[in-house]
Amino acid sequence: MTVLPAPRIRARGGVWTAVRHNRKAMAGLILLVLFCLVAAWPGLFTSVDDPNALAYAPALQPSWDHPLGTTSLGQDIYAQLVHGTRESLVIALVAGLFATVLSVLVGVSAAYLGGIVDDILSMLTNVVLVIPAFPLIIILAKYAGQGTLGVMLFVLVITGWSYGANQLRAQALSLRNRDFLEAARVRGERRIYIIVFEALPTMTSLIVANFLGAALYSVLSAAGLQFLGLGDPNSSSWGTMLYWSQNQQALLSGIPLWALAPGLCVALLGTSFALINYAFDEIGNPALRPVRRQRVRRS
Amino acid sequence: MRYLLRRGGFFLLTLWAALTLNFFLPRLMPGSPLQALRDRTHNKLSPAALQELLTSYGFKPDENLAVQYVDYLGNMVTGHWGVSIGGSLGVPVTTIIGEALPWTLGLVGVTTVLAFLLGSLIGTVAGWKRGGRLDAVLPPVFVITSALPYFWIALLMILVFSVWTGGALPSDFNYETGLQPAFTGEFIGSVLRHAVLPSATILITSIGGWILTMRNNMITTLAEDYVRMGRAKGLSGRQIMLGYAARNAFLPNLSGFAMSLGFVIAGSILVEYVFNYPGLGYLLYNSVQNVDYPLMQALFMLFTVAVLVAVLACDLATVWLDPRARAKG
Repeated sequence: MTVLPAPRIRARGGVWTAVRHNRKAMAGLILLVLFCLVAAWPGLFTSVDDPNALAYAPALQPSWDHPLGTTSLGQDIYAQLVHGTRESLVIALVAGLFATVLSVLVGVSAAYLGGIVDDILSMLTNVVLVIPAFPLIIILAKYAGQGTLGVMLFVLVITGWSYGANQLRAQALSLRNRDFLEAARVRGERRIYIIVFEALPTMTSLIVANFLGAALYSVLSAAGLQFLGLGDPNSSSWGTMLYWSQNQQALLSGIPLWALAPGLCVALLGTSFALINYAFDEIGNPALRPVRRQRVRRS
Repeated sequence: MRYLLRRGGFFLLTLWAALTLNFFLPRLMPGSPLQALRDRTHNKLSPAALQELLTSYGFKPDENLAVQYVDYLGNMVTGHWGVSIGGSLGVPVTTIIGEALPWTLGLVGVTTVLAFLLGSLIGTVAGWKRGGRLDAVLPPVFVITSALPYFWIALLMILVFSVWTGGALPSDFNYETGLQPAFTGEFIGSVLRHAVLPSATILITSIGGWILTMRNNMITTLAEDYVRMGRAKGLSGRQIMLGYAARNAFLPNLSGFAMSLGFVIAGSILVEYVFNYPGLGYLLYNSVQNVDYPLMQALFMLFTVAVLVAVLACDLATVWLDPRARAKG
């Protein structure tokens, strides 16, 4: 292989150093890792095994036994929160990942194949981009019957790829005539090799940014969808908690934590993606970084 | 001119794609409108009457699919959107939509445009005073607010300003029940009071994105040579900020505005749902709950048209603001 491993490791080290020195990125990363831990081992954080069982007295106020109180149906809110992390996180990561893969496939192949293929693919991208996604998601979820995890992932991926595809196409177009790609072409490398091993690595930061954006979009849309009651009401996720709390009028019946806590978790997960994304922008474009105060006082 | 023609073609193509999606979705997915209608009317209507209702919105299961499709396209374009088969059985879809449309336009439309203009202005100032107090606080705060779920802010608003204050601000519906819609101070006051919380929700969640992109655009533009040129000519700071930097930095924001309308629609559905605000978003939610196919289809088409019109309008505005785009077309 012509690609040397050494510069890559250095590049990754560079990204890591940059992330470590960026407070926004660190905050987002710590939040994300925390959520991953909770999602992987919910048993470590709560002793309740079945959070949806109606095991306790209804509408208890927060106490030592129930840190966030219980729902009006008699479930422990904290335990529901812990167990709900997994599904919410899985939706975000999996839908984000597949949407990103789709946008790389469409965007990059449109840019490199050019001609009629480009025309068709970018037309498709623009059409999907303009059609309002959330109403479409609602209608799709309804038609597909009960919004199971699979249906949810499917609709989020279908509607979430177009924005990234547009951006990646633009970036790939601007890369197409660079010297290092020309060199690979002259070397007689195959087109697929040039795209995968030469062009894609230079687009890593944009791809990562797209993944984070798609994940953020998926978290918010999935929570909204479940909140409206279009998810599976028996699943345990933050959106489902929100649905039941709205269904039982938690705000008016003195259990505001039931609605606020899962919403806060959705917000925190979304924030962690947004923070990492913004930090990546700053790393990629140093002009956007916060200015130190001393430097501002010019004279 | 060629540019405008191309945009017009895109408009038609997207509209066609949305309509086609609208047509084939219910036919590909499980669950039939006939069954939904039968459940809805509790078997009170005769099969023939049901059939007739369905026919009126273009659902003719025995007909050739291609014929159905052409009929459907014609009906949608000419405004024959059929009658509701949901909660308000038999009422023409156009009437239902006509009642809800002004509320959404007034609440969501006004708030969105306000958020866009205000956000762009704040972003301009933040980017201009680079490293100032505004610039130090805003970006992190608005990175966070733009990641907050709309409906959660809405719930928070209700809790703080309605439940905790003992109902100081109303948390549902568009005006006091019992009031007659009229041009009286009482009625208008009631409408405004009911709009405060939902519009504050939309403003808080949507303004952050505009501030951030505008600030970042400003920073990129301020490094350009023509800005230095303006300084060298001795123009005032305000002239450079608005006429040189902001005018250019605003262009990407403008095309972003149309694209973001999809998110605004998503947000308004959730906000209207939380506040029981009888606009189009709430209508869509209801039509989905009641499996009201004709209403769903008409609403989805309307939303698509709204985004498309916004895209076109922003294109035209860009042409008007940017001489380069004019020269190209």
